[in-house]
Amino acid sequence: MPKDYGIGASSKRREDVRFLTGRGQYTDDLSIHGQAHAVMVRSNVAHGKIVSIDTSAAAAMPGVLAVFTGEDFKDVGGNPAGWLIKSRNGEPMREPKRPVLAHGKVRHVGDAYAAVIAETYEQAKAAAQQIADDAVIDELPAIIDMKAAAADASNRVHDEIPDNICFDWGWIEDNRAAVDAVFKSAPHITTLELVNNRLVPNAMEPRASIGEYFPGTGDYKLTTTSQNPHLTRLLVAAFVMGIPENKLTVVAPDVGGGFGSKIYHYGEEALVLAAAKKLGRAVRWTAERSESFLSDAHGRDHVTKIELACEKDGTFLAFRTETYANVGAYLSNFSTATPTFLHGTLMAGPYKVPHVYVNVKTIFTNTAPVDAYRGAGRPEATFSLERVIDKMCRELGLDQFEVRRKNFITPDMFPYTTPVGLAYDTGNYQATLAKAIEMADVAGFDKRAAASKAKGRLRGMGLSTWIEACGIAPSHLVGVLGSRVGLYDAATVRVNATGNISVMVGAHSHGQGHETVFPQIVAERLGVPESSVEIVHGDTSKIPFGMGSYGSRSLAVCGVAMNKAIDKIVAKGKKIAAHMLEASEGDITFEDGKFSVAGTDKAKTFGEIAFSAYVPHNYPLETLEPGLEETAFYDPANFTYPAGAYICEVELDPDTGKVDVVAFHCADDFGNIMNPMIVEGQVHGGVGQGIGQALLENTTYDENGQLLTGSFMDYAMPRASDVPFYNVDYSCQTPCTHNPLGVKGCGEAGAIGSPPAVVNAVIDALHRGGMTHVTHINMPVSPGRVWQAING
Amino acid sequence: MQLSDSRDIKAAPLAVWQAILNPDVLKECIPGCESLTGSVADGFEAAVVQKVGPVKARFTGVVTFSDIIEGKSLTISGEGKGGPAGFAKGGAKVALEPIPEGTRLTYEVDASVGGKIAQLGSRIIDGFAKKLADDFFARFQQTVEGPAPEEVVEVTSDEGEPAEEETKKGWFKRLIGG
Repeated sequence: MPKDYGIGASSKRREDVRFLTGRGQYTDDLSIHGQAHAVMVRSNVAHGKIVSIDTSAAAAMPGVLAVFTGEDFKDVGGNPAGWLIKSRNGEPMREPKRPVLAHGKVRHVGDAYAAVIAETYEQAKAAAQQIADDAVIDELPAIIDMKAAAADASNRVHDEIPDNICFDWGWIEDNRAAVDAVFKSAPHITTLELVNNRLVPNAMEPRASIGEYFPGTGDYKLTTTSQNPHLTRLLVAAFVMGIPENKLTVVAPDVGGGFGSKIYHYGEEALVLAAAKKLGRAVRWTAERSESFLSDAHGRDHVTKIELACEKDGTFLAFRTETYANVGAYLSNFSTATPTFLHGTLMAGPYKVPHVYVNVKTIFTNTAPVDAYRGAGRPEATFSLERVIDKMCRELGLDQFEVRRKNFITPDMFPYTTPVGLAYDTGNYQATLAKAIEMADVAGFDKRAAASKAKGRLRGMGLSTWIEACGIAPSHLVGVLGSRVGLYDAATVRVNATGNISVMVGAHSHGQGHETVFPQIVAERLGVPESSVEIVHGDTSKIPFGMGSYGSRSLAVCGVAMNKAIDKIVAKGKKIAAHMLEASEGDITFEDGKFSVAGTDKAKTFGEIAFSAYVPHNYPLETLEPGLEETAFYDPANFTYPAGAYICEVELDPDTGKVDVVAFHCADDFGNIMNPMIVEGQVHGGVGQGIGQALLENTTYDENGQLLTGSFMDYAMPRASDVPFYNVDYSCQTPCTHNPLGVKGCGEAGAIGSPPAVVNAVIDALHRGGMTHVTHINMPVSPGRVWQAING
Repeated sequence: MQLSDSRDIKAAPLAVWQAILNPDVLKECIPGCESLTGSVADGFEAAVVQKVGPVKARFTGVVTFSDIIEGKSLTISGEGKGGPAGFAKGGAKVALEPIPEGTRLTYEVDASVGGKIAQLGSRIIDGFAKKLADDFFARFQQTVEGPAPEEVVEVTSDEGEPAEEETKKGWFKRLIGG
């Protein structure tokens, strides 16, 4: 029987009660006495010289309290990039200043160059329009195409960067010659040029920020839609505004989805703080959906050429890739890590390929900044690998399953060091592949294909065997790779006098279900009901300094920090029990919520210990402190490496090119599972986003840099009817070897593993239908593109 | 976005040429034009109301003429700011050549939009622009040629206001003494 509480139980998500009944408290729900409204003035052109911004008419309009332009922030710091990447020639990346408001030039449609604060939103909006009408911005030619941008020194996104290249990175540069040599003598080479399409994150809740300033104390408060309030505080305090950290509280209350886009610090956050100080009033800003499309950090946007060198029997010899990665107009906080260390280091996949070389050129363009979006770099790596492998199998007439099996790292080879610098601690790729084949009833495929054919439709099956590095943390590793911050996490477990427990965590929950899962672990470890454990997150004045939630790290990093804090609680509880039971500390055991003297029936319940900790009338004060509260910081030894096998089946209408995903099977290895229901939900969401990328979503800028897909009318999000009911399995478990919970993380897996499975299935359907001339279709594989591929 | 087409107009090239440079004619022919003032030398100030898909806006801007080869060809350029809707700008190269029936007017339009119109209306902007150009040149043709007799009859019977017939009929021809 499945467990009904604690680790491994499918406890219902307690946060859903408030989310589903409209009782969530999002940033925009807050109403603060005396608040004023901010509206940003955003550029309508992709690239332009700011000649003048005449704000006088706007400033005189009804209700207008203040107007800001880039000039007001020219002396404060820029919003920095979190990772310093070096080019192949050893030079550090080019790092232009990213100001709070554009100054001198506007660099993408939606780039904010002024802001209005007014009594009401409508007044602010009207005055913002007045500024837009009065500003003189000379449009310059837009820089949109990456390769053209790199080739043309005469037109520059940033005047000081001559070729629009941020860096030209080689991974691992020392291996380049050896990889090239393999390609010179390889019996077979498969080459594929592909595009990893640009995506708009489209969190359900748009970004919003409220700044407050308290003149009595000089304290600031920022309430904002953030996945990591401490990181935002650090960036605002230390880099941009120069506010002492202890004078700035950052609160990220309920946040309606992030998918990466809310990791980063954005200029609006600094703006509302500066405005609040100037006016002595709370200043609020909430993005319109159009602003989200224009100014949230986008995802993906790679143009890649990948080559696979192999034996005629499909044994991999080497992978070589050249990628152009779009960073947009400015460097967002993680934008330099995403196409490099979250991408290049994964280019060996789960395979024992001896040689890999990755070249990534990141290019500035007059488009919105591009940064990590669910999966971040790993979907790009997986898509390139799994697509080129599929193409190779077709070229050589090899079985796709057999080729994977032949090249997988085998379970006896762990820990396994890849040629791209990672050390996989554990895994069993054969097991997840076998499971997926069983789940998908691969043996019965021909029968299903025949049934589809009878309906006039083509059926195809696509495979993707993916791996990721997540639990984004190890400070020593990310430090070597260029990160300017350490990436540990922290938790405080506070046992209250009456025995209930508050856990303050550095991770932030914006849909993941931390408020449910973390108490399951506490309940299991301390033998208390889940309902007596409360998770506190998102408020820097309450929680220890943690690095937030992204990179499937919450459980594998912060959850383990919490587990460490629980260890300390148990140790402290034993001390208290030893005192109360007049026994030696070494004789106390803790089991099922009871502290006992080994070999006797003398025991104290957890609740009695907790109460005693706060009513310590007779404690030996030199050896036993009152209270029962412990904090732990945890910095893991390595990334975690979830992996799995996905099989997608599609039906394709050859007359219209329409693709329907009719079945999707996921066999994942996430290590130990804390809450199966939540794991399934994460996989569903991730695969849904992956199908969205594969079939529907695309971000299009025209040659002038105008965003043509600026609303849900033109940007196709997946709907319920676009996805099948997923078949999810997580029974293949190789627990992570370097964290005590044995967990790996599951948040991004679906978005990483699924796009190549979908596209491989489409190509398979076309080949089975005799259209073997189609070797690749770029995502999104829309009906139009399929029809064109079919009809040449 | 680019589009090109040609129209045969039953009027002499000189009459067509004068019509193109006449602000009253342009005001009559530009769909949604509220006002148009100025001169060929200094450019025209124009205000035009348009609805592109979900975005309705009043564009104000300047229309200028360049590359003028008297009686033969010219380039009309315009840029309009549409407030919250964004902007539209573009140009039309217009060339006239005499044909037995009158004048062949050839045009190549190159237009672009920015801001909200681009974000919300991109799906329909090409079709919209084509329709706009078609409307303009159809009205232009009608203005220069004067309405066909049967159309006048139709208008008369529909509206029941025969007094309008006189004003509709080739007012531009009368204006330029044609």
